[in-house]
Amino acid sequence: MVKRENERIPVSQQAHVVDKPKDLTNIGGTVSVQINEKKITVPLGTTILEACQLNQIHIPTLCHHPDLCIAGVCRVCVVEVEKMRTLQTACSFPIMSPIKIKTSTEMVRKARRHIIDLLLSEHYGECYSCFRNGNCELQNLAKEYGVDNYTFGHVQSPRYEVDNSSAAVVRDMNKCVLCKRCVRTCIDFQEVGVLEAIDRGHDTHVGTFLDKPLADVVCINCGQCINRCPTAALRANDPSDEIWTAIDDPKKHVVIQTAPSPRAAIGEEFGQEPGKSFTGELNTALRRIGFDRVFDTNFTADLTIMEEGTELLTRLKKALVDKDQSVKLPQFTSCSPGWVKYIEHFYPEYLDYLSTAKSPQQMFGALIKTFYAKEENIDPADIVTVALMPCAAKKFECNRPEMYDSGFKDVDYGLTTREMAKMIREAGIYLPEMPKSQFDDPFGDASGAGLIFGATGGVMEAALRTAYELITGREVPFENLIIEPCRGFEGVKQASVKLENCVEQYKFLEGVELKFVVAHGTANAKIVMEMLKNGELNDVHFVEVMACPGGCLGGGGQPIPTSAEIRKKRAEAIYEEEATLPIRKSHENTHVTYLYEKFLTDGPCGKLSHKLLHTHYVKRGKYIS
Amino acid sequence: MELEKIKKKMRSGPVLFSEYKLGEGVKKALQLGRENILFELKDSGLKGRGGAGFPTATKWMLSGASLSDKKFIVCNADEGEPGTFKDRVLLLEYPELVFEGMIIGGYTIGAKEGILYLRGEYEYILKSLEDFLEMLRKDKLLGNNILGNENFSFNITIRLGSGAYVCGEETALIESLEGYRGEPRNRPPYPVNTGYLGHPTVVNNVETLASVPHIILKGGEWFKKHGTDKSTGSKLFSVSGDCDKPGVYELPWGTSIAELLKVVEAKNTKAVQVGGASGICLPKSQFNRVLGYEDAATGGSIIVFNESRNMLKVLKNFMEFFVEESCGQCTPCRIGNIKLLEAIEKIENNDFTFSYINNLKELGRTMQLASKCGLGQSSPNSFISILENFKDEIFGLNGKGKNNG
Ligand SMILES: Cc1cc2nc3c(=O)[nH]c(=O)nc-3n(C[C@H](O)[C@H](O)[C@H](O)COP(=O)(O)O)c2cc1C
Ligand code: SF4
Ligand code: SF4
Ligand code: SF4
Ligand code: SF4
Ligand code: FES
Repeated sequence: MVKRENERIPVSQQAHVVDKPKDLTNIGGTVSVQINEKKITVPLGTTILEACQLNQIHIPTLCHHPDLCIAGVCRVCVVEVEKMRTLQTACSFPIMSPIKIKTSTEMVRKARRHIIDLLLSEHYGECYSCFRNGNCELQNLAKEYGVDNYTFGHVQSPRYEVDNSSAAVVRDMNKCVLCKRCVRTCIDFQEVGVLEAIDRGHDTHVGTFLDKPLADVVCINCGQCINRCPTAALRANDPSDEIWTAIDDPKKHVVIQTAPSPRAAIGEEFGQEPGKSFTGELNTALRRIGFDRVFDTNFTADLTIMEEGTELLTRLKKALVDKDQSVKLPQFTSCSPGWVKYIEHFYPEYLDYLSTAKSPQQMFGALIKTFYAKEENIDPADIVTVALMPCAAKKFECNRPEMYDSGFKDVDYGLTTREMAKMIREAGIYLPEMPKSQFDDPFGDASGAGLIFGATGGVMEAALRTAYELITGREVPFENLIIEPCRGFEGVKQASVKLENCVEQYKFLEGVELKFVVAHGTANAKIVMEMLKNGELNDVHFVEVMACPGGCLGGGGQPIPTSAEIRKKRAEAIYEEEATLPIRKSHENTHVTYLYEKFLTDGPCGKLSHKLLHTHYVKRGKYIS
Repeated sequence: MELEKIKKKMRSGPVLFSEYKLGEGVKKALQLGRENILFELKDSGLKGRGGAGFPTATKWMLSGASLSDKKFIVCNADEGEPGTFKDRVLLLEYPELVFEGMIIGGYTIGAKEGILYLRGEYEYILKSLEDFLEMLRKDKLLGNNILGNENFSFNITIRLGSGAYVCGEETALIESLEGYRGEPRNRPPYPVNTGYLGHPTVVNNVETLASVPHIILKGGEWFKKHGTDKSTGSKLFSVSGDCDKPGVYELPWGTSIAELLKVVEAKNTKAVQVGGASGICLPKSQFNRVLGYEDAATGGSIIVFNESRNMLKVLKNFMEFFVEESCGQCTPCRIGNIKLLEAIEKIENNDFTFSYINNLKELGRTMQLASKCGLGQSSPNSFISILENFKDEIFGLNGKGKNNG
């Protein structure tokens, strides 16, 4: 309901977004075109590319991406438009009048082949030593056009140093084709603005502010640029070699926690259609690879709900009962490390609004090296914790100096879905054929509330299920516990529930309209932060923000490619799986209750949980020295 | 009007350098009204002097017909084409023509604002132009209710470029005005519909605009008397290189290269580059060709080379320019130009085959067809024309390709 106005998109590209009429028979709303021999009718403003796709005519593309505004820079998609002097790019050409298009003339094929040859001539890299081998759009183009020699030569040495500085994203501009998808992702889609084309002419390259290392600029590590890069120019910082070493070391006890989103997407790495979860199969595969224990991050997601929920109730009590003016409301979620770094850079003066609760990944790490080590009688120094995450920012998060609360590095390695798939393949395992198995104790299978953390709105939905019930003693008033206003992919969602007939302890909330806001993608987070600045969130209590579009299921560590459609299917997979689970509320997770009884005995937000499960933030600011 | 005093009229020519009295163009235009202005303009056959040669009346009509509460007239004074310096002369000596052209344009299409985008290196003219605008305001030729006309207010601001050649390309110019990297936009949509800040925008060359007051005053019929059928009026030529009298000349379209060479007193001429680095290079045998949109088109740059020049070096110089000045966004131009330059180096080192050179000529054809803007579309022109027109000099004397017997 909040309109997202993206001012940065160059107007020429905005102008392509013609409001297409819904009713195609509407006079003036459509235009007929001829593509090759075929006559078709399309809504006015349809691009040539869209028109071709609707009619099963393949046009090669490289700089085009369904999530991003039009660039028209690679020129691979050129077609002939009758009466025009030059070839036209199908991706950018809006059909506004009856035109005749030819998509495969000699001129067109020759031009495309030339363009591919030019790109290859500057592309320093060899497919067989490349992580995108088999999933690379440049490689595909070369194959499609039958490239069997380098017409215009081939670079013999690298032009750019590989930037390894970031814990999350590695940049190798020698493989860059300058499609600027990363630039559009970072500037227009995420509105962070770290990457831009620098220099002119043949020296043009994608770089950061003053070409500084990525670790020294305002990159939030979301990894969205990686997901949209057509080549291996951008990749995540891969720790799988170190993990293999740990697995191969008999002295090490290697445990892995797996987040909800990778399960709903990892099948794509094995050629499966998006939208199918492989939770049980993945558990088996991980054991076969050699992980000593396989845990469910959803356990700490449930724990997060307890901690963050308690924190919210405490803030509400302070504000409403004690009339404490210094309490910051709304409380913002803190489980997305990309979002945390975003607010640290761009809104550092608002850090107090963030919940102090750690993300589920970090809570888990701290518990494994304390509670679990004690229960199992293992020296925490011998434990290696790996986190399978849909996320690039989790790699940065586990390396933050604040994350040593167990006395050790709480989480040793953050591993992405893509890297996990690689390890599974390397171990000779075909995931879809694995038998299913359960998660290991003492954390066991978690509630469905933890599972839906993977989708935007999930944290809010899980929190409401628990908070409402604690406050009123009744289940949330939504059929099947499905809190519809939290679901879906709208950029910024707002809703509320009225609290009535509260239990004794929470009488101070009687009649309160509990208001919440959900945002995903930092472009939307920016809208929310501006609303906060303008006082438009004064009556809101809780805000969920995920740095990645769609939430974690669209994370920067997820399988490539990505699109709104793919993200929607992943969400469906998560919600479907959730509906089948026996326990769907965090506070009913018996393993969580056990933890509070046995270990965190002073309860949620108690002393020990403050030490292990909560953290603090750094005022970074956006100025770079 | 006191402006007349500071004017130094030393030049003469059929149209632009002919007599003109400040303010008369605007006055007449306001009397004529939009319809008649467009009629005269169309009748005159005036085409863009910036290089592309698009009919000016059509451009104005299209943006006039665009529905929008805001419209802009932009004067393109980026003058970056190697060998062009005629816009500078107009801005220094005939600013009234340029500004009045903008005012008339604003009146015609319904724009209230005009922007003059001035080449960064011309910063030294800025002060005199600003002063001139101030005087126009005093004379009620600029500002609110121009010449007492209740319904017409118009203002002009001047913005400085920063030295990128590509920013003379109209859509890159608009990006630059908006504060972004100077990169050409996709077309369509065209600036006449979606230009500066998304509003209908007319971008015209300095000389195009400077022609307008004369046409309004003396009529399209008069303008057409100069030049040829397809290239009406006269043209300013910036002539440089090997001649005794380089400079800016106003000559009617249809003048042949040979005639022009005579005027500038060029001797022992071997080649003439018509249209700057992005133009074509003509050998002696083609000096009978005429300057005009229908034959040897040019935005005004004429570079003369005499017998002592090495054409391969000339070509290399042009290609180095493009390798550097390409905005770098699209593949054919960013990488294509460097391939053409590499080929020149290979020819220099006598390390090439003719099939390789032919491949590169074909690549040049692709660049012309598939590049995003005029820069990449025209940068192979000199490569193709010099290798073709001077092949004896380049390949004949210098020997043959290594593997070519
Ligand atoms: C690379 C490039 C540079 C250009 N530079 C100029 C320039 O410096 N001045 C100019 O008037 N037009 C220049 N143009 C042409 C403009 O894009 C545009 O066609 C012109 O300003 C339109 O004005 P006209 O119709 O009056 O000619 C350039 C075009 C290209 C492709
Ligand atoms: S990025 Fe693509 S084309 Fe380049 S080496 Fe890797 S797989 Fe091959
Ligand atoms: S990781 Fe995110 S913030 Fe960093 S460069 Fe990529 S898109 Fe931008
Ligand atoms: S880094 Fe990747 S996404 Fe960015 S411009 Fe290069 S190839 Fe495109
Ligand atoms: S043709 Fe050259 S200057 Fe024009 S957009 Fe492409 S790269 Fe930029
Ligand atoms: S896909 Fe159309 S120009 Fe790149």
